[in-house]
Amino acid sequence: MTKKKRQRLFVFGGVFAAAALAVGLTLTALSGSITYFYTPSELAKLDATPDRPIRLGGLVAEGSVRYEQANTGDIAHFTVTDGGAEVAVSYAGVLPDLFRVGQGVVVQGRMTDANVMAADNVLAKHDESYMPKEVADALKEQGLWQHDEVGS
Amino acid sequence: MSATSIYEYANPAQFERVADRAFTLALIAALVLGAFGLYFALFNSPADYQQGETVRIMYVHVPAAWMAMFCYSAMAAASAAGFIWKHPLADVAAKETAPIGAGFTFLALVTGSLWGKPMWGAWWAWDARLTSVLILFFLYIGYMTLWRAIPDKTRAAKLAAILAIVGFVNVPIIKFSVDWWNSLHQPASIIRADGPTIHGSMLTPLFLMIGAYMAGYVAMLLASMKNELAARRLARMEQLETTKPAGLVER
Repeated sequence: MTKKKRQRLFVFGGVFAAAALAVGLTLTALSGSITYFYTPSELAKLDATPDRPIRLGGLVAEGSVRYEQANTGDIAHFTVTDGGAEVAVSYAGVLPDLFRVGQGVVVQGRMTDANVMAADNVLAKHDESYMPKEVADALKEQGLWQHDEVGS
Repeated sequence: MSATSIYEYANPAQFERVADRAFTLALIAALVLGAFGLYFALFNSPADYQQGETVRIMYVHVPAAWMAMFCYSAMAAASAAGFIWKHPLADVAAKETAPIGAGFTFLALVTGSLWGKPMWGAWWAWDARLTSVLILFFLYIGYMTLWRAIPDKTRAAKLAAILAIVGFVNVPIIKFSVDWWNSLHQPASIIRADGPTIHGSMLTPLFLMIGAYMAGYVAMLLASMKNELAARRLARMEQLETTKPAGLVER
């Protein structure tokens, strides 16, 4: 390798290293705002300001879903859990198709009290597993199902 | 510098002879793999246990997202070869990869949006994965704009290469965004430590489609590289034509 080529290699590598360092530091500093949602445990530590919009993510807790009749339409009540902490959510609006017990959801709304949230929007989160329904049923039947684990 | 074997392939005339045959092969591969891939994707693969028929969007979305990152990596590697070793064809390869990569990125963004609405309930979310892919799209656009903004090709290649390598920082961020931060987008399904979490019957169409996209990229790249080389030759000839009688004609 000639001297010139080595020089260009160092310039090129140096530019990349500098850019990677700058971006890495920025992302580390901003990691709190890059995160799309907080889990209930993170939210408990965070001491969220009431009436400021915030996103909460977790699984819909077993047996927590109930609907309340109101004159403006149905209000859904459910609990979002990450296994460590829980937040009670109320939401007046159309729930996504994937919404069900054990499903990952991201709730956008405001904290009205500690561990109580009024939602403006509910998004469903699906996991990284893809399989035909028959396979999913067979796995559940054999007790090998491990996708609804809390916190996953 | 001595004429070594690597410079034989870098010779544009040599390249064009190989490129013609390779283009035909790549085009045939893309069409055949794409036909089989789409047949499996649309007719001969199961619906998902959670997502139902909507899962079929995966077969166009995931390959597009992979190619978006692959093309950028290829562009950065070719830029490095052009910048450091002054490889005559590397700059052309990097330049011609950009619009193809931008196309794949756009396709990934659009199909992802169409998938997000029925599954998540939102067309778009400012989630780390989605945002970093949008930044990738802007990087491609910026790279292409830079090439157009500077008339001197040698200078343009140098500056564009710097932009490409700076932007390459974004590629690992896209890949790991779903692991580093809580995101709406689900984590990796194929490249992960404990093996794919996609059932075999769904992996067949997915890999066929990835092959089709890859072959399509190769075919498009070779065609547009040939185009660019021809355009440069034409520009050089026109330049010679106008400079020769410079003493006689007032310009």
